[in-house]
Amino acid sequence: MEDIKPQLVKVTIDGIEVEVEPGTTILQAARKIGGNVAPPAMCYYQPLKGSGGKCRACLVRVAAGSAKDPRPMPKLVASCITPVQDGMIVENSTNEQVLTTRKAIVEFLLINHPLDCPVCDQAGECDLQNFAFNHGMATTRYEEERRTFEKKDIGPYIQLHMTRCILCYRCVYTADQITQKRVHGVLGRGDASEISTYIEKAVDNDFSGNVIDVCPVGALTDKTYRFKNRVWFTKPVDAHRDCPTCSGKTTVWYRGDEVIRVTARKNEWNEVTEFICNTCRFEKKKTSDWVIEGPTKISRSSVISANKYRGDLIKPDFQRKLAAATYTHVDDERDTSQLGIQQLTPERFAPVLPHANDPEP
Amino acid sequence: MTETQNTVEFTPERLKIAQEMIDRYPAERQKSALLPLLHLAQEQWGWLSPEVMDYVGRMLDIQAIEVYEVATFYTMFHLDPVGKHVIEYCRTGPCCLMGGEEIYDYLKQKLGIQAGETTADQKFTLKEVECLAACGMGPVFQIREQYYMNLTRDKVDEIIAELSR
Amino acid sequence: MGKKILLEHINVPGIETYDVYRKQGGYTAVEKAIKTMSPEGVVEEVKKAGVRGRGGAGFPMGMKWSFLAKPEGVPRYLVCNADESEPGTFKDHYLMKNIPHLLIEGMIVSSYALGANKSFIYVRGELMYVIRILEKAIAEAKAAGFLGKNILGSGYDLELIVHPGGGAYICGEETALLESLEGKRGNPRNKPPFPAVKGLYQCPTVVNNVESIATAAWIINNGGDAYAAIGIGRSSGTKLISASGHIKKPGVYEIELGVPVEEFLYSDEWCGGIRDGHHLKALVAGGSSVPILPANLITKLANGEPRLMTYESLSDGGFQTGTMLGSGGFIVFDETACVVRNTWNFSRFYHHESCGQCSPCREGTGWMEKVLHRIEHGHGSMHDIDLLVDVAKKIEGNTICPLGDAAAWPVASAIRHFRDEFEWHITHPAEATQPGAVFKGEMALV
Ligand SMILES: Cc1cc2nc3c(=O)[nH]c(=O)nc-3n(C[C@H](O)[C@H](O)[C@H](O)COP(=O)(O)O)c2cc1C
Ligand code: SF4
Ligand code: SF4
Ligand code: FES
Ligand code: FES
Repeated sequence: MEDIKPQLVKVTIDGIEVEVEPGTTILQAARKIGGNVAPPAMCYYQPLKGSGGKCRACLVRVAAGSAKDPRPMPKLVASCITPVQDGMIVENSTNEQVLTTRKAIVEFLLINHPLDCPVCDQAGECDLQNFAFNHGMATTRYEEERRTFEKKDIGPYIQLHMTRCILCYRCVYTADQITQKRVHGVLGRGDASEISTYIEKAVDNDFSGNVIDVCPVGALTDKTYRFKNRVWFTKPVDAHRDCPTCSGKTTVWYRGDEVIRVTARKNEWNEVTEFICNTCRFEKKKTSDWVIEGPTKISRSSVISANKYRGDLIKPDFQRKLAAATYTHVDDERDTSQLGIQQLTPERFAPVLPHANDPEP
Repeated sequence: MTETQNTVEFTPERLKIAQEMIDRYPAERQKSALLPLLHLAQEQWGWLSPEVMDYVGRMLDIQAIEVYEVATFYTMFHLDPVGKHVIEYCRTGPCCLMGGEEIYDYLKQKLGIQAGETTADQKFTLKEVECLAACGMGPVFQIREQYYMNLTRDKVDEIIAELSR
Repeated sequence: MGKKILLEHINVPGIETYDVYRKQGGYTAVEKAIKTMSPEGVVEEVKKAGVRGRGGAGFPMGMKWSFLAKPEGVPRYLVCNADESEPGTFKDHYLMKNIPHLLIEGMIVSSYALGANKSFIYVRGELMYVIRILEKAIAEAKAAGFLGKNILGSGYDLELIVHPGGGAYICGEETALLESLEGKRGNPRNKPPFPAVKGLYQCPTVVNNVESIATAAWIINNGGDAYAAIGIGRSSGTKLISASGHIKKPGVYEIELGVPVEEFLYSDEWCGGIRDGHHLKALVAGGSSVPILPANLITKLANGEPRLMTYESLSDGGFQTGTMLGSGGFIVFDETACVVRNTWNFSRFYHHESCGQCSPCREGTGWMEKVLHRIEHGHGSMHDIDLLVDVAKKIEGNTICPLGDAAAWPVASAIRHFRDEFEWHITHPAEATQPGAVFKGEMALV
């Protein structure tokens, strides 16, 4: 019996042709090409069903709808939710209107944003900062008062700084899809909408901490980490532990010898690849809790790789030795399908640390 | 009439209505009855306290946050205690053309309160609302289910006198 | 041009009751459709009638019906949009309150055509008293055998449910309405999928306006061709116009599409002209969302011909010199009205009603309101005007649902046609902020 492979469809994005499965979105097709061709995404989050379509950061122009019907689409479309058609021609960073509109989206997202980056924990790993840096204007035309909210604790581990929220709804989808009892949601409407638990009920769920990782800005932050550090002074390593609740595969962030926080692992689009439980995230803050696999691959665009962090200089060396000595095969067969999360490919796990046997620096 | 909020349970008559409302929607789609039930609850208690919203959530077998999300989205629900009569005054353009702003100023002055406030005697709460679909008969306000249209100063005097009794 | 289809019997005493409505020929369309026509036959007549959606977008109703997906074993739904919240529009309120059985008859015929066994009328919650009127009428129709199980012995079952909204203009947008009907926040959905494929409860659904559905009874009784013969070209039939503002006779009027705007405005049959001693300054012809036009552009086309009350004629000239029929909310401004103040008022409305899902509308509507508030209150500066134009342009076309456009158009059009008035507010703040102050510069008053 021959495998019945779905007929691939051809799309051209910014002049580059790519073949994808039918039903793929323009954004995913563009990510396959990579680089500048991939539109920015502030609300879409591949692991979260139903996400996308809201922020409008990913708008692109469809210059030809399909081979069958090559008419252009009248409006810019949200690439994160628009499926490709065979013969579709898309313009992203090659289109003036797209770039102007993107500038406008940055401006809209920033008018009510506090711009408190110097004191924000997310600084350095903030999607909004990156988006504004890559696509925005240097000045603002907004002279009115900005919307502000009080900071709130959502349970013992998570702090909500609503003033920074861009209402991407990612945390709501996360709460909806990975926890059975959602107590966290969007209240109010329009620009008075807020993320809240209404009467500040604690988010008491094993997986609630993941809302921190999905938040594109510094609106949801880890209280066990807050103000401890600037992300560019920290060093992430991939690590795992035997966890009865989740896969136990995490990124552990060091400052010197100290574990200052634990997060889920992310792919190059800043999306969590597997959600982790609160025990791993909030309570395992000792190196001895973890089996270190090696330095986390950091995407080119991150400030972490931009100047401070070099994977080949991982210190202190006891970590490397520990990692090399205790690395065991990670059970990749765990069923996480109920989390709606794609499995990591085994290639992500090199059996030994690439530099474990290097001479001491 | 507004009842005091000590027991959170529908009256037997309302409980029956509530059940009928839930049964109208297809099986497993009972959440559809949320807005009707919130209206029914507000009719009984005058406003929606968290306890009332939790009660409605339990009736529909949904999370409390799902009720809060909805109740805070729609403007008709009072999330704080209100006076006996809530005057919902239309402030939208077409009514303004018919003299809506002038009558509104008069009403505020008469009651001695601003939008969002309640008179000291707890009789009247004033709320600003958007177009009530009665623009040709403006100025308009609504109290509970009753529309008061083609308002003039005299009419306002009459209505307030009537309701103050 | 006095042909009346919907409001023919509106003044008959007791028409809100089943008995009187029935005596005036009510429910004959249900009998005709269910006993003598196939569902497809009903769709065919409505298609022939060419009736266009009366909720604002003007999409042909018959065509919408024929797009409804019909997968095996999946229920289909008809939802009537009675959320009527567009400022300047009050026709559905008027129709439902005075002649509820007309809507119910239309709902039965339309549901039959679409194969729906459970249909909904989503009424804005503020109209609770109208909901009670409709529920009473439904009970009467049911008692008479026109609703419920096995209608007229045909084997066709239909249940009608009146569902209250909770106070949100956005729930007039059809996918927000469906979300709301499912007991959720009224956040519009991303499209596709369209309701015709995945609507209420993810099942194929048709959403139509009250007035659209109410035409179905007449069309079945008299035939699609007879309906198409009324009106002009693609603007067939009659339209309910909600007239408000500075006119002698505000109210709801049924007109045959094609009446000249000027005639509608000045004839005693309709608006009766501008109130005594005043002149027309500006007009919003289709509800607050459509572009405002100055007096000289609303009554005449660019080529000097009279502008007519049709979809095509009102939009003649595009947004440069034209507007839209929209929902038929006809708001008239005389020279005492301040365009800046009204524009601020409208933009406050859209800011207040934005659901807040997408960033251009959530942030842009608030921005425009604040800038307009500043200008109206004497704190504006000249560059604010271009800023407004630019913000409106950046919202338009970039949002999930058309509320973004609806917020942008009134601002853009007011500045396009009344720029001098905005400038005067900025250059003469002391004068402009006097109570009742209005720009008295050069204006083409009619
Ligand atoms: C913001 C917004 C508000 C709307 N409000 C209404 C409304 O109150 N009533 C209505 O019938 N249609 C309204 N519409 C149009 C509906 O989305 C939809 O097009 C209409 O109900 C379809 O019915 P029709 O084809 O019979 O007009 C609104 C659209 C938008 C974008
Ligand atoms: S808190 Fe963060 S994740 Fe949640 S909606 Fe706001 S920006 Fe998005
Ligand atoms: S355009 Fe406005 S109302 Fe429509 S979905 Fe976006 S935020 Fe909501
Ligand atoms: S990423 Fe596509 S709209 Fe937000
Ligand atoms: S503007 Fe007041 S009812 Fe429409």
